[in-house]
Amino acid sequence: MQQFLNTALTGLTLGMVYAAFALALVLIWRSTRVVNFAQAPMAMMTTFIALVIIDAGYSYWLGFAAALLAGLVLGALLERVVIRPVEGKSEINAVILTLGLFIVLHALAAVVFGNRYRSFPAPFGLRGIEIGDTTIALNGFGIFTIISVLVVMGLLVALFRYTDVGLKMRAAAFNQEVARLLGVRVGHMLTLGWALAALVGSLAGILIAGGSLVHPSYMDSVVVFGFVAAVLGGLDSPLGAVLGGLILGVSLSFVSGYVGSQLVPLAALVILMLVLTLRPGGLFAQAPERRV
Amino acid sequence: MLALTHVSAGYGPITALDDVTFTAAQGQITAVLGANGAGKTTLLRTISGLHRPRAGTIEFDGTRIDRVSAERMPGLGLSQVPEGRGVITELTVEENLRLGGLGRGGRVAPSDLTRIYDLFGVLGDRSAAMASTLSGGERQMLVIGRALMARPTMLLLDEPSLGLAPRIVTQIFSLLRDLVRDEGLSVLLVEQNARSALSVADRGVVLNLGRVVADAPANELAADDQLRHAYLGF
Amino acid sequence: MRSRLGSVWGSTLGRHLLLAMAALVVVVLVLESVSDYRNTQLAAMAYLGIAAGGLTVLTGINGQLSLGHGALMAIGAYTAALLLPDRDSSVPLTAVIVASVLVTLAVGTVVGLAAARLHGPYLAGATLALAVAVPGIALYFKETLGGEQGLRVVMPDIPVWALDLAFFVTGQDLTRSRFTAYLGWLTLIVVFFLLANLSSGRVGRRWRAVRDDEVAAELAGIDLGRARVSAFMVSAAAAGAAGAVLAFTVKLAAPSAFTLTLSLTLLAAIVLGGLGSLSGALIGAALLTFLPSVVTDLGTNAGLSDIKAAELAPLVYGLVMVAVILLAPAGIIGSLRGALARRRTKTRSTSPKGTAA
Repeated sequence: MQQFLNTALTGLTLGMVYAAFALALVLIWRSTRVVNFAQAPMAMMTTFIALVIIDAGYSYWLGFAAALLAGLVLGALLERVVIRPVEGKSEINAVILTLGLFIVLHALAAVVFGNRYRSFPAPFGLRGIEIGDTTIALNGFGIFTIISVLVVMGLLVALFRYTDVGLKMRAAAFNQEVARLLGVRVGHMLTLGWALAALVGSLAGILIAGGSLVHPSYMDSVVVFGFVAAVLGGLDSPLGAVLGGLILGVSLSFVSGYVGSQLVPLAALVILMLVLTLRPGGLFAQAPERRV
Repeated sequence: MLALTHVSAGYGPITALDDVTFTAAQGQITAVLGANGAGKTTLLRTISGLHRPRAGTIEFDGTRIDRVSAERMPGLGLSQVPEGRGVITELTVEENLRLGGLGRGGRVAPSDLTRIYDLFGVLGDRSAAMASTLSGGERQMLVIGRALMARPTMLLLDEPSLGLAPRIVTQIFSLLRDLVRDEGLSVLLVEQNARSALSVADRGVVLNLGRVVADAPANELAADDQLRHAYLGF
Repeated sequence: MRSRLGSVWGSTLGRHLLLAMAALVVVVLVLESVSDYRNTQLAAMAYLGIAAGGLTVLTGINGQLSLGHGALMAIGAYTAALLLPDRDSSVPLTAVIVASVLVTLAVGTVVGLAAARLHGPYLAGATLALAVAVPGIALYFKETLGGEQGLRVVMPDIPVWALDLAFFVTGQDLTRSRFTAYLGWLTLIVVFFLLANLSSGRVGRRWRAVRDDEVAAELAGIDLGRARVSAFMVSAAAAGAAGAVLAFTVKLAAPSAFTLTLSLTLLAAIVLGGLGSLSGALIGAALLTFLPSVVTDLGTNAGLSDIKAAELAPLVYGLVMVAVILLAPAGIIGSLRGALARRRTKTRSTSPKGTAA
């Protein structure tokens, strides 16, 4: 029973991070119809930037803020310079492009920051919280993780629902041509979309790193899990991304706990194939049919 | 108000507009007519900046707009109501309207919305509804209202009667007439339904295979039997 | 005599046979004249080339982007390793290659069936998940598959007939590394011959039709699923052969060799060379085999540590890959072909372009 609870709690915390990453993928997919596989090394780079700042003696929070800011800038830059030329054109070219970026960012990080495994701090403590005389698998950092993801998501929802900019971004994502006719600067909205998505991705990256080891490949499996979570919820649905992330996090935690951690990626693959075969539009899609 | 001079446009080897010259005067409804494939949609897309002309100039209120991109048009006073209504179905009625108001730059005041709700009662009733739940006629009203939110000096309409019942078409056209009369709006009306269009327009321009074959007051066109049979289908 | 040669050249099969034989001669000449170190490099180029050839057919001709071919190579390599655990195992090497091909083909068929309904980013994501999942499987089944350390591959002694043949033809002794290189390149020539014939024949046309316009292909009576699965199977078989050659060359089948990087490297190879082009795949494989050491040397000379300098190579080919997609999506071969074609039409056309409507 204890193990069951702990596994579930670990899964929930991890699931929140996958949800954030999936949200980043969904934001970019909705606005530019591109799955940004490079989101993983992007988040990895911004986490390394934070690490450099922290190792130089500054506070964790400065590094945290720097990572988010770097994400914002990196996302905007990549969209404007690299992705813009292929937007709306060949699907396969866009995918290959993000994979090329994947390779570049990976190698760049290794050249600039080195290939060593380095530890990353985690505020609020990593000791499990004690309830009575048992320690549950939820620590201060875990609570911080859950709260920060929820806060960022809340802010995004508020942005999209209640602000003019958010309305313009949604319009640009739903119907580019009509939005243009209405005076929306679609290009700017797309750049903004990528910037915000990258910020969320950076958040995921720095949260996963907390209390753990970082190296250039540490986010690679997260892009797979984030993608599976996004597909679980339906690539077009931000809410679905969040729910998909939580479901996936808990499921994979159980696989890791009761079967073996090496089979976690395989479990993710199986879940992905099940969803794509049975409900390609995602678990929460109204219409089950969708072209995948 | 809107002056096209020797405008040519096309897609690859296809020429859709060939040396088109005409003027849509201020405070009037100018109808652009012609059969399918005559070039009407290309004309609107070129005027509104979605498509670049190969030759010729387009002037709006004294400013050249043939090289201006579509996003800048509402700011210049030119609002388009696209073909197929162009309602953004994933947004609510009110969100669609707000969007229209934002295109001009600046904020959207509640009074802006009230003005449109007064014009179109049904929009006021369904302001929180998803645009996808509106009927064809309601959608047409929504996109006209949305275009009006930007307080344009000229409205471009792309086949507004398409798929609508005759009664609703009459309603919409008389509304356009009222707007022109009361607010001095200028209208460029692209229509396949020539009969209805001519009944409400001041002037008509007829396109055939990308060329202007007639440019005359609406009542003259309506009276010209030969022309009507040849190009307008009635 | 000339007309007979001409007619052989005229038939595609004949042309491919002649090319294969010419390639064989070139291979012998090159392999015999370079050092052992180069031979090992050339063997690496061979297995990259085989896998790239299969992938370029799948992605370029049939339009399915797979990021999981590194994982398929792993299956081929592990099969080979399981069949060659020690010196006493007397499984002939050709049989090992065939076994690797068959096992990978079986897995590839299952993957291909699952992937047949997926498009674009969904297919990429699913195969990405495969690439990340397979090394984990090797780690989980530690006892049979060697875990983190992997399985050693012990190559049998070079058969006497091969030694004799080599000495007879070339007058030199056949070293182990040269023997491995020959294995790789002979396999490559066979695989490319088969791939070339498939791509230029009816099967290839079906694959292209499915890539270009699914609706039209279906209307023409082509079974979409079957075409996609067959393309996947063929590319998987190639990956299996490549995996076997990798096992022969590196003499080890370990999870660390089959990370996501391998699949992405294969992708880079076919993009650089030009999607759909077999010669492009070879060029891509060559670039990815020989460029890294050049770039790494530049890096160490510029003062970077060894490890960091080694990362310059993927940085360079990643950047080139991005540049190719943005500037010359047809890749090296495609751009060359395009330029040649444009030059041909320029000199040929003297009449004005057709007038528009």
